Amino acid sequence: MTLDDLLNNTGEWIRCTGPVCDIVMSSRVRLARNLADYPFSHWASKKEQETVLETSRQSILSIKKLKDSLFLEIGKLDPIDKQFLVERHLMSKEHMVDSENKGLCVGQDEVISIMINEEDHIRMQVMKSGFNLKEAWQILNDIDTELGNSLDFAYSVDFGYLTACPTNTGTGMRASVMLHLPSLVMTKQIGKVLQAITKLSLTARGLYGEGTEASGNFFQISNQVSLGHKEEDVIDNIDRIIKQIVDHEQSARETLLAQNREALEDRIWRAYGTLKSAHIITSTETIDLLSLARLGVDLGVIKQADRTLINELFVITQPAHLQKLEKKKLSPNQRDVKRAEIIREKLGK
Amino acid sequence: MVCNICAKNQATVHLTEIIDDQITELHLCEECAQKKGAQMESHFGLSDLLAGLADLGTQFSKTKTEAVKLKCPKCGLTYEDFKKVGRLGCGECYNTFKEALVPLLKRIHGSTQHYGKSPKRAAKVVKAKNDLDTLKEKLQKAIQKEDFEEAAKLRDKIRESEKKNNK
Repeated sequence: MTLDDLLNNTGEWIRCTGPVCDIVMSSRVRLARNLADYPFSHWASKKEQETVLETSRQSILSIKKLKDSLFLEIGKLDPIDKQFLVERHLMSKEHMVDSENKGLCVGQDEVISIMINEEDHIRMQVMKSGFNLKEAWQILNDIDTELGNSLDFAYSVDFGYLTACPTNTGTGMRASVMLHLPSLVMTKQIGKVLQAITKLSLTARGLYGEGTEASGNFFQISNQVSLGHKEEDVIDNIDRIIKQIVDHEQSARETLLAQNREALEDRIWRAYGTLKSAHIITSTETIDLLSLARLGVDLGVIKQADRTLINELFVITQPAHLQKLEKKKLSPNQRDVKRAEIIREKLGK
Repeated sequence: MVCNICAKNQATVHLTEIIDDQITELHLCEECAQKKGAQMESHFGLSDLLAGLADLGTQFSKTKTEAVKLKCPKCGLTYEDFKKVGRLGCGECYNTFKEALVPLLKRIHGSTQHYGKSPKRAAKVVKAKNDLDTLKEKLQKAIQKEDFEEAAKLRDKIRESEKKNNK
């Protein structure tokens, strides 16, 4: 597998095969681990970082499930390729910066990905379609156990897994779900929901994690605390809360339809119409309109497109994806034209 | 009231900003408030927050000055370094700065004891710690019962396993 193969494939979450995938786009669990014998990435010398990269690479590729995975040295990639991997949620924005000695392993179907020498030596994640944290955790737990057989992780009996930032100490686990909540936004209930979440030690972020804004009605909700609770209990807790949010969104959708069907359908069809006919379109506008189109598909208003197609459009209309598809650098204006062209073509089929 | 930014939608969010002692009140609609919120967040990184919190441990700890002056013997990071970057230097730092880190971890997580997974390689250490705790409890009970023969046996066992653990 090469990096360009990713472009022609779609990650599992895009195919929308998981449970409740009308409202829950994807479920993701990540673990932070460090090798006991070396300083954390930011404090390590170049030589030490190199050793961490090589040692981790060997252990990762010796795992049966990851034998045929793609292994990339981030420092050797050009900026568009790096951005492309971020857009696919395979690595963090931070992983793009100072990328010497940073590595990335991408498994089949893009379900498993492992960053090396990010904030922690090893950051591994499993991303599944729909509302499926439990399965994501099972897969990740197995990989972690296998890696732990060959690597000596920094661990203390009191504090658990030791991480560069004390906010990850303990389990080193962050479990998150990406929710699409257009009706809670339209009915202005989202503020209350997000406020309630914070009180339950969960946190809401935008599409690309920490420090990104919520756009197109997408919210990433994850646990804040990693010390003092078992992994399974944390996941169980998020599971219960997300179920309630999903129910709220569902009933908000029903209310909107019951109270003002014409107005809602009008908004959806106008969004779809713009997508189908625009000749210049920015990424922000695209996300907002696709969000409405997705709601239209979920409600059965739009029957000409399905969720997989809308999901795919979310991904391939991002800046680096457009440039990879065109095989050349594009200015923001050229991208807006290309983006509109691709959307028209895909929706026109 | 209409939104101060877009001047179109109804303002539902009311925000008070204080910049250089100047108080400004903003009345925003949901949409503009979200954008504004994102702008504010970008000024304010996690490490800034942590650096602020890092003082916590030292303010309340009795051994404040000692913990702060320390330098990690394994990686050379000082507590001052940690306050600056919000990141520790290596696993050993957790031992070195324990006094200062415990209140910080308590503040962040509401707990200072890990429950959950442990690596297989640490299984021995985890078991040894639990076994030792059990032995110590038994010793206390034996002493209370004045069963000194049993207490002596337990004491020897504890010494033996402590020796093993330290190897």
